[in-house]
Amino acid sequence: MAQRALPIGAALLVAGMVILPVTAVFWRGGGPGTLGPADWAALRFTLWQAALSAALSTALAIPVARALSRRRFPGRSGLVALMGAPFILPVIVAILGLLAVFGGNGLINRIGAPLGLPRLDIYGYHGVILAHVFFNLPLAVRLILQGWLSIPAERFRLAASLDAPVWRVLERPMLRRVCPGAFGVIFVICLGSFAVALTLGGGPRATTVELAIYQAFRFDFDLGKAATLAVLQLCLGLGAGALALRLAPREGFGTGLDRLTDRWDGRGRLPRVIDALWILLAAAFLLAPLGAVALSGLPGLPALPAEVWSAAARSLALALGATALTLALALPLLSAPGEVAALLGISVSGLVLGTGYFLLLQPLIRPAEVALPVTMLVNALMALPFVIRILRPGLEAARADYGRLAAALGLTGWRLWRIVYLPRLRRPLGFAAGLTAALSMGDLGVITLFADGDTATLPLQVYRLMGSYQMEAARAAALLLLALSLGLFWGFDRGGRANAAI
Amino acid sequence: MLRFDDLLVRQGGFDLTANITIPAGITALIGPSGAGKSTLLNVIAGFVPAASGRVLWHDTEITTRPPAQRPVAMLFQDNNLFAHLSLTENLALALTRKRPTASERARMEAALERVGLPGLGARKPAELSGGQQSRVALARVLLQSRPLVLLDEPFAALGPALKIEMLDLVAEVAGEDGLQVLMVSHDPQDALRIATRSAVVSDGSVAAPEPTAELLRSPPAALARYLGVHSGPGKE
Amino acid sequence: MKAFPLVAGLLIATSAAVETPVLTVYAPDYFASEWGPGPGIEAAFEARCGCDLVYKTGELLPRLLLEGARTEADVAIGFNSDITKKARESGLFAPHGLDISALTLPVEWSDDTFLPFNYSHTAFIYDNTKLSEPLSSFDALLEAPDDLRLVIQDPRSSISGLALVLWMNHVYGDKSAEAWAKLAPKIVTVTKGWSESYGMFTDGEADMVLSYTTSPAYHIIAEDDPSKSAAIFEEGHYFMVELAAKLAGTDNADLADQFMAFILTEEFQSMIPTSNWSFPAALSEAKWPEGFRELPVPETVLFYNEDEAAALRDEAIEAWRSALSQ
Repeated sequence: MAQRALPIGAALLVAGMVILPVTAVFWRGGGPGTLGPADWAALRFTLWQAALSAALSTALAIPVARALSRRRFPGRSGLVALMGAPFILPVIVAILGLLAVFGGNGLINRIGAPLGLPRLDIYGYHGVILAHVFFNLPLAVRLILQGWLSIPAERFRLAASLDAPVWRVLERPMLRRVCPGAFGVIFVICLGSFAVALTLGGGPRATTVELAIYQAFRFDFDLGKAATLAVLQLCLGLGAGALALRLAPREGFGTGLDRLTDRWDGRGRLPRVIDALWILLAAAFLLAPLGAVALSGLPGLPALPAEVWSAAARSLALALGATALTLALALPLLSAPGEVAALLGISVSGLVLGTGYFLLLQPLIRPAEVALPVTMLVNALMALPFVIRILRPGLEAARADYGRLAAALGLTGWRLWRIVYLPRLRRPLGFAAGLTAALSMGDLGVITLFADGDTATLPLQVYRLMGSYQMEAARAAALLLLALSLGLFWGFDRGGRANAAI
Repeated sequence: MLRFDDLLVRQGGFDLTANITIPAGITALIGPSGAGKSTLLNVIAGFVPAASGRVLWHDTEITTRPPAQRPVAMLFQDNNLFAHLSLTENLALALTRKRPTASERARMEAALERVGLPGLGARKPAELSGGQQSRVALARVLLQSRPLVLLDEPFAALGPALKIEMLDLVAEVAGEDGLQVLMVSHDPQDALRIATRSAVVSDGSVAAPEPTAELLRSPPAALARYLGVHSGPGKE
Repeated sequence: MKAFPLVAGLLIATSAAVETPVLTVYAPDYFASEWGPGPGIEAAFEARCGCDLVYKTGELLPRLLLEGARTEADVAIGFNSDITKKARESGLFAPHGLDISALTLPVEWSDDTFLPFNYSHTAFIYDNTKLSEPLSSFDALLEAPDDLRLVIQDPRSSISGLALVLWMNHVYGDKSAEAWAKLAPKIVTVTKGWSESYGMFTDGEADMVLSYTTSPAYHIIAEDDPSKSAAIFEEGHYFMVELAAKLAGTDNADLADQFMAFILTEEFQSMIPTSNWSFPAALSEAKWPEGFRELPVPETVLFYNEDEAAALRDEAIEAWRSALSQ
């Protein structure tokens, strides 16, 4: 049927955009490489840390999202936006921010030492998990918060009138629907971790598959092995994705008419105190490292070199382009096969993807000339799974509520999207666009492979400054990057929420 | 005139058959819940496919037509209006794919007036009461100007007085515009009020419509069980 | 390209045709950045060649190997001796044909293809206001109390990290596994690259960082901060050299030769110390900037040639990996 052809075609297109470059790397590397015991150890560690990080991020996000969903306080929307920031932070900036709080010379130890508290040592497996929770808790909170907000006010009213247990009749079913997806996405993100795991893991015990890929590529130039490892990543990502999709029950909630959600449960003193504690704890955990980044960046801000500003402008253009591209790819992919195809993009190493595109494009065009478009494409592929995860529940709800009415009125194709789905999806669309823009803003990614002097992006410029002893300027540039990423995220997210239908 | 020609509908393990003709006017479908009344409406509207047999509207087969190309306007139990669109925008969808022209605007305003809501076009559905929302939905159906109107208990959520008001309004405009109406009802009083005929849906089949008053006076066994009365003589 | 009109426009605007001949130089990212030696070298060379020097940055060797014979590069600058074997075997590079007797390296150098342009030594940097008694030997470092906090780089992802495992191997040979075992408790963490380590060190996250003997010069000259010192070990320090080479397939052979010769000139060499923050490869000490002349340098310089480095690499990395994985 024609209506099925578009999603399937789009899914195949996206799958092709991932599989083709990986195949190119395979082909150039002369077939599969052999994996040694160290590689299998890396695989075991990768799986273990990803599973634990995803489980913890999701579990901790539940009380935080619940507290945020049922409490109104001044600055709430600002806090929700700010709490999303760690997820979009460039890795190197995030590491320095985390160390400023949890490191040997960090805030906690500086407060704790005079009080005679034992010294907090962040390096080790717990450091990896801590960092991954720091990165991914915001995403989990947002995904789960969205689930909470999608429960129509009427249901809470009904539950209140029946004195029914809200947790059992409304919240648990919602979480069963939302959590597997959140877990799956975070698991796949953590599969690709490299610098964070290594630095906070304290050494080679914390070796991930991505590091093995980097080594194979950079020192051994063993493309066959790099591609083999990338395929391994791909299988893991797909496995996790398929499992998460299977675990998520299909049914959703109908929409009520659009009213603010009022809650009748959790009005006692104890629930209030518990909610406040969760919000405070999460805010402190997520915002303190950001504050450290901001503080250390301020002194260098007035003297930032002009190159940093031009790189910032380039990064902004890149982020906006990637956002448009991602949404254009995502809308026809809002289906189960689409979600699986999209997971391919994030599972596979960006390095291998970039190398593959380099190999594919090389006979046609000078790769440096398409550095920015290729970076944009890879960024879009990386952001797709999040965007789809965010948009799909909304689309399914809109379809369930209005599908028959729209069909009865003869609304189809682009018109159906324009009149029904896009307005109904405005809030998640704003969130998804903000996320994509901020992610591509902070991504160092494949640009390192292609970039020339005049195509440097802001994250690359941060690395360049650090590599040239310009620590103060690097911190200031990192602050600029943080501010721009947050600004993009906030702008889109806000645009989606202002006067939004739902 | 609507005709089911050896119609068979399969949904999960449940089969519904119909081989009847429903003449013009207002007809109610009555019967126990789960008997397939709504399913039958959805088959007519094109949301549920028929396993075999045909649906005919005035001798034209419509069994496989897409919903929008059927001579049908339908009011659902809920979600009859897009909550994010104003009343005018909702109504415009019944008339045109483009920006409404001046004459179309006038028609929309007239339709709102006809359902007793003049001048409220700029509002959003959430700003209206439930009864008012039902009126707007009815206005939309009128603007769609399809000869067959299907009511899937759209007024079930309204209070008794409001419901009666809406039913009367439906009967009034249907009479004026010469529309055929097929309505699902749980409440025999609804049927009695506006439906000249009623068809009993039970045990997987749809019986031929009979005059409502007569049917309710001496109900067949299945209907009697549903109504909680003894069946009339000669029907067992 | 149609999908990216904005970017395409940008690219077309920046790659407008130029009449003057173009010399394409592949370089690591730090080299060509505004804070590296690249811009000064570009200006000086363009002044004498009447050409346009264009840097292309990125992962140097992987990119060249990916491009193979199709590469646009005329010259590549910024190789490290520990990985030149792979580069040489690719057959992409041509002998430079220069007289290299003027080199001032602390080691013998006779390579006819890869031309050194700067050097330094792997060393641990510390803050002399906090660590008052400097460590004078590798042995002393191994025996130091375990609360001395070191941060190093991963030999699998960083060239300085690789130099450290070769350094250990050179000093301790068969005993490197035991040496690593003694060092392991002091190693706070291992980072992907030099930048992360050095950032952690300046943030006070570690007492010592794996870097180069020339690192203190930056703080002394650019920041007027004498508090950073390199610990000089009596066992000797591993030699780090950066190299340039001419591409065999260059279609600008004249310009490429000119550039290779330019590397050995005083003009080029005198730019190295305060932009690359390392020792120039062909400049007598008398001509070094003040801050460099006073830098403590090791008496013994340890070095594996590319064949030795390639042969030892896997074993040396494995010794590191197994000791630190305990």
